[in-house]
Amino acid sequence: MSGEQAKLNRKDFVSDQDVRWCPGCGDYAILAQVQRVMPELNIPRENIVFVSGIGCSSRFPYYMNTYGFHSIHGRATAVASGLKLARPDLSVWVVTGDGDGLSIGGNHLIHLLRRNLDINVLLFNNEIYGLTKGQYSPTSRMGQITKSSPLGVADHPFDTVSLALGADATFVARTVDTETRHLQAMLTRAVEHKGTSFIEILQNCPIFNDGCFEEVSGKGSRIENQLVLEHGQPLLFGPEDARMGVALGKDMSPQVVSMDSTPAEQVLLHDETNEALGFFLSRLERPEFPVPLGVIRAMDRPIYEKEVMAQAERALSEMGKPDFNKLFCGGDTWTVE
Amino acid sequence: MAEVPSETNVREKPVEQIDTVVIRFAGDSGDGMQLTGTQFTNESAVAGNDIATLPDYPAEIRAPAGTLAGVSGFQVNFSQGRVFTPGDRPDVLVVMNPAALSVNIADLRDGGILVADSDAFTLANIRKAGMDGDPLADASLNKRVRVYSVPLTRMTTDSISDMGLPNKTMVRCKNFFALGLCSWMFNRPIEQTLTWIESKFAKSPALVEANTRVFKAGWNFGETTEVFVHTYEVKPADIEPGTYTNMTGNRALALGLMAAASKAGKSMFFGSYPITPASDILHELAAHKNFDVTTFQGEDEIAAVCSAIGASFGGALGVTASSGPGIALKGEALGLAVITELPLVVVNVQRGGPSTGLPTKTEQADLMQAFFGRNGESPLAIVAPATPVECFDMAFEAVHVALKYMVPVMILSDGYLANGAQPWKIPDYDELPDISVRYWKGDLGFHPYLRNEDTLSRPWVIPGTPGFEHRIGGLEKDYDSGDISYDPANHERMTRVRAEKIERVSEDLNPLCVEGSELGELLMVGWGSTYGALAQATEELNAEGLATGHLQLRWLNPLPVEELKRIFARYKTIVVPELNMGQLVRILRERLLVDAIPVSRVQGQPFKVGELKARVKAIVEEGR
Repeated sequence: MSGEQAKLNRKDFVSDQDVRWCPGCGDYAILAQVQRVMPELNIPRENIVFVSGIGCSSRFPYYMNTYGFHSIHGRATAVASGLKLARPDLSVWVVTGDGDGLSIGGNHLIHLLRRNLDINVLLFNNEIYGLTKGQYSPTSRMGQITKSSPLGVADHPFDTVSLALGADATFVARTVDTETRHLQAMLTRAVEHKGTSFIEILQNCPIFNDGCFEEVSGKGSRIENQLVLEHGQPLLFGPEDARMGVALGKDMSPQVVSMDSTPAEQVLLHDETNEALGFFLSRLERPEFPVPLGVIRAMDRPIYEKEVMAQAERALSEMGKPDFNKLFCGGDTWTVE
Repeated sequence: MAEVPSETNVREKPVEQIDTVVIRFAGDSGDGMQLTGTQFTNESAVAGNDIATLPDYPAEIRAPAGTLAGVSGFQVNFSQGRVFTPGDRPDVLVVMNPAALSVNIADLRDGGILVADSDAFTLANIRKAGMDGDPLADASLNKRVRVYSVPLTRMTTDSISDMGLPNKTMVRCKNFFALGLCSWMFNRPIEQTLTWIESKFAKSPALVEANTRVFKAGWNFGETTEVFVHTYEVKPADIEPGTYTNMTGNRALALGLMAAASKAGKSMFFGSYPITPASDILHELAAHKNFDVTTFQGEDEIAAVCSAIGASFGGALGVTASSGPGIALKGEALGLAVITELPLVVVNVQRGGPSTGLPTKTEQADLMQAFFGRNGESPLAIVAPATPVECFDMAFEAVHVALKYMVPVMILSDGYLANGAQPWKIPDYDELPDISVRYWKGDLGFHPYLRNEDTLSRPWVIPGTPGFEHRIGGLEKDYDSGDISYDPANHERMTRVRAEKIERVSEDLNPLCVEGSELGELLMVGWGSTYGALAQATEELNAEGLATGHLQLRWLNPLPVEELKRIFARYKTIVVPELNMGQLVRILRERLLVDAIPVSRVQGQPFKVGELKARVKAIVEEGR
């Protein structure tokens, strides 16, 4: 039963529940990659907990044969924070979406990222509310026609990565539901990172927002639009015969340059620890620029639960073991004979 | 400077014996009146009196100086008899400025003592308080009460003028002059205050010296001047032997939660967000991290409760605390705790509402919120401590119930209990009962909603337990498998089971206890912090010949309906006094089909015994 025994495989992480996402939903692919990566982590299955809020993505815990908590809308990050603080020994995962995580749960998300608990957050971004049948979300694009925006979305969307970086996340990555290898690599990196790991997974909703990420996932367009980041490597994209690079213009603005006519040293090198570069990448706007995929930021900062544990240890060493009778008599006392 | 006499010294002036005294300190919110009142209370406790206190301060931290809005007060009742309330009207009123006089003078009883800092009664201050002419010179006031004009500020600065302190710092010491004077007037033991000054200002030896000198100067002023002709003495009360300390409701709650968690062998996780008047619970718990207590100041009320639920899922005792507006925000998450059947303790330190309402004032208007303030059928267990020290016992019981039945329990305290203080007979931790926690011991056929036959609680299997990986959540679950279920009959079955679990809590509760007459004309039914006023009124009504019983309910859900019916049958009239517009009375009328009559008060203040008696008597008269 214990994970310390025979090595687990993907099937060990498949629960007995029927998966009930719509046919063709990007969530299937993500679930499969998570189940595939789990055995590689060498974490006993009983020590893994998936926590979710509300939305299509939030059904995720029911399909994982681990411990799971399907909580309420937007609050998975808060539930997970309490769980991780009470049980730092557990591997805690949050599965959320663009509505759950960025709209109703935006507050808890930014504070989790700021505190930097060692929790892995997977945000499935499909730029739409799926479970409530097709209203616009905080990542829907301006002008987008949805059930609740028949004349087009009037509000400006969040860029998920910019938001996470702005909240001082220590690990931010972006990947795509259909890029199975890349998705697996990002999951592995997220687990390796100590502190909150935040992955935005661009995910297709075939029912209410089909093709929303066609430019980065489509067979014809993905090569031209994916800027795959590698630490220490130049920011290059596009087909082999027409390589393009991202450079810094004289006015500090990003520029796409053709590698045919540009010296290689003019192209920016990716650095996961460079905060300014992270912001720079997160502001590259479609369609003028490619979509950065990969680890945008990875840096070390004190981990919240470790700080809390250190305080408890300090309290123990300074104030001693719990002594309730001493505590009860802590104020002024008097004795009635 | 004359030496301050110790307790054993023979006093120069005659001593008048009295049974009970109510004293109110009032001044600007920056004048240190809460501190003065608290310290005077501690002296009275050490003197062996029974005591009750009522701090009354504005929501603004520092309202403009000298204004009516900025007046802060602290009232203490100390007696050689049993004390139930802080007292309706003070016998002694100490005011530090005209605004404090203006706000409080009507409450001072006829023939009472007014001590005023005459230096603060400048024309500007008098105008700021909205008065014309010096009220201290007012003839009708001087006829009604004994006025002592004391140049308190000047004597304060005079007594420390050689220390080279800035004038502002010197003036700030004046509350210690008032404390010294009152300590002299009522023969309070002062060693404790002197020690306290030393520890409170330990970081600044100059302030220790200044405050000590000012305190002694206040004492000496009483002893040596001609102004006061005698002092008063309140003999020690007949109190059960034991060691005591002064205890507020908020501190008692914190200690009770900690002790119970420890007795259950559980780590305690406290998720909270700052809110008046509950924040002191967070402060208290945060100071005891060596007791296996984790405190988490969430980004909002929802994070606070959700983190506590997450911690309970992980196997800790999750606790959250707030006041009414915060509890409103927690509502959806409380429903999650109900449907996932996780142990959770929720403290609501009630305050005046709706909305922001009266943040620093007391009210009992969240009972309906506790019962029904969530979507769907979502019953919680509800308990209401009656006194500040009872907050310890009720917190302990709440933890026991939450863990045994796997339910959320709401503790309804209020601003009056939270900040009010009372002598607490310190229990021996080793004699407190253990709280046993049941874990799943079976193997085959496990699912997360398998129920214990006696309590109907589901098994608490925590992450990290191999072989029992499972998922819980806010969606309805199947009674027999624990899987998601939309089956109509199953939903009704689960709804009924969640309600029945709360009913089963009855088996752990103490029988009801009626005080006063066991049968007769009138039964007063109360809950929570009104205990003192109702108990005092009951005593007085019985003494006046009206056979009155008093029942203070602790557990409100479950409600012992059959037991209540038997008790109610013994009285002609049932009256339900509450600091709301009639909430418990609705429940009682609905559950017992009884013609119980509400007595409401929503002024942000506790019941006054005199007023309560008059209203209750009028109801009895009408019924005759």
